[in-house]
Amino acid sequence: MVMEIVCPAGTPAALRAAVKAGAHTVYCGFNDETNARNFPGLNFDRAEMREGVTFAHAHGAKVLVAINTFPCAGHEATWHRAVADAEACGVDAVILADPGLLDFAARNHPGVRRHLSVQAAAANADIINFYAQVFDVKRVVLPRVLSVQEIAAINAEVEVETEVFVFGGLCVMAEGRCSLSSYATGQSPNMNGVCSPASHVVYQENEGVLDARLGGYTIHRVGNGQAAPYPTLCKGCFNAGEKTGHLFEDPVSLNAERLIPQLQKAGVTALKIEGRQRSRSYVAQVVKNFRAAVDALEAEQPIPEGMLARLSEGQATTTGAYKKTWR
Amino acid sequence: MELTVGPNQFFWAADRWASFYNNQLDAPVDRIVLGELVCSKRLPFYQDHLPDAISTLQRAGKKVAMTSLALVTLKRERKLTSELAGMGVEVEINDLTALTHLPKGMRFSVGPLVNVYNESTLSWLASKGATRICLPPELPLTSIVILTKAAENLGIAIEVWGFGRVPLAISGRCYHARLHSRTKDNCQFACEDDPDGLKVSTLDDQPFLTMNGVQTLSESHACAARHVDALADAGVAALRLSPQSQSFLEICRLFRQLLDGRCDRDIFVDAIDHIAEGVRLSDGFLAGSRGADWSGRPQERDERR
Repeated sequence: MVMEIVCPAGTPAALRAAVKAGAHTVYCGFNDETNARNFPGLNFDRAEMREGVTFAHAHGAKVLVAINTFPCAGHEATWHRAVADAEACGVDAVILADPGLLDFAARNHPGVRRHLSVQAAAANADIINFYAQVFDVKRVVLPRVLSVQEIAAINAEVEVETEVFVFGGLCVMAEGRCSLSSYATGQSPNMNGVCSPASHVVYQENEGVLDARLGGYTIHRVGNGQAAPYPTLCKGCFNAGEKTGHLFEDPVSLNAERLIPQLQKAGVTALKIEGRQRSRSYVAQVVKNFRAAVDALEAEQPIPEGMLARLSEGQATTTGAYKKTWR
Repeated sequence: MELTVGPNQFFWAADRWASFYNNQLDAPVDRIVLGELVCSKRLPFYQDHLPDAISTLQRAGKKVAMTSLALVTLKRERKLTSELAGMGVEVEINDLTALTHLPKGMRFSVGPLVNVYNESTLSWLASKGATRICLPPELPLTSIVILTKAAENLGIAIEVWGFGRVPLAISGRCYHARLHSRTKDNCQFACEDDPDGLKVSTLDDQPFLTMNGVQTLSESHACAARHVDALADAGVAALRLSPQSQSFLEICRLFRQLLDGRCDRDIFVDAIDHIAEGVRLSDGFLAGSRGADWSGRPQERDERR
């Protein structure tokens, strides 16, 4: 079976662009703290979600809704409403991370298919099988800490489908288990759906040197005319011991297009593209490339290579944890 | 309120490890969590000392629990996790994977690295047999109050991060190995020279984070001292103190005095400054601001130290 391409849509326009470009599936979120890309100007209100689902279904594509932050104590109703509204909009699945919310959805909305978000960081067959048994989860998005061999080993031991990230932003830390942003800015991926927010970024130029600060911490410094990468915490530049550099990860993004055949052999069902904050033209371009790649693979044709490099952040890409030596 | 000593997060040689827990025999603490939280490669160095430490601490009147790893991926790690229940003490799960290996009906506790952010998750864990939960350190006091109330009705004791460098992230990649241009599989125990982790500072030499193998912690010591009254009023059952190589026994004693009302919070902070020189404090997570913030008097620090 052809591998499923799962594409990001931060706006209704991006959803339509992704579907027209050949996405099998689009994922999106409501415009509040219930999803992990809670950025200003992004995401869908209820009417837009309903229209988006109608449009996608008319074109044979599916819509998944990410409700994948961890509900706030005392305010769980917001997350419960998101699950109910997703069902009412006719979505094909909800993507959840919090056990309490999974429990709620399984009990109160059993008809909505449940996927386990990468934010749950389910990194081995035991816990994946557990989520499948306890919450009847049908698909698990794997955390970006596993090699291709480990993914194959997991698929040999689990019944549920697996989905892996192949392109876009790359979390270096286990997702859903990182409070770096919260520590430096007070804005948390788990609670607010926000990481290294632009509202806490300050660029300051001084005698030909450009500093980038996040929450007051200087984590990038470049000379005049050099490209200044966005100061994401785990890709910042730091001092430790005798060294200065990108101690956690370079300012790279993920591109695993060359690994698609291996990922298929490893039993992966779906390939996920990161980037709900991206423009519709970017999304369309990436979708076209990946769709061409999986269609070529299905037809046993060679996969066109390297077409996506210029779309990647700072031109530099990595295959991340899929290769064991990355660790 | 009780005091719990959390699992040691750093890589200590067997001697340092054994002498640390030997010192704990006299410490005014109620519970001690042993075992390996961060990296399964560290465990063989002190594994043989565990049974002795468990029985000695128990004889000294301490309740003892064993932690799971924070991130379980390898086959070997799954096996280690499945063996925890057989150690004869309470298991503290710090990755839900450990829950899947507990015998049906076995009671357990939950560590700060399991995401318990709301009442539903708390009651779901209670239904699985949780009796004690140490909440994630990033939770604000407003959430702690709500969750402690919900826990009371479920018979669950709530614990809150009390003191120590706070765990901020866990990764598949080992940063200590990367710093030494090695891979994780060939790390040659690059972390062994840093018994309290390695300081990571910004390009302005501002201390910021602590590198500890696959784990990243704060450079500052998160400290709940200025909030103990609010935590006690909320019904929090215990504070968690996180092991460090220096002055830990004194820190335990100071916290006991603070909780017993034998010293006030300002005197406490001055005393911490005195016994743990150079320690930067933070409590922004509790206050609901950024985690690195400190609600007390600004500490006089040479930022470059």
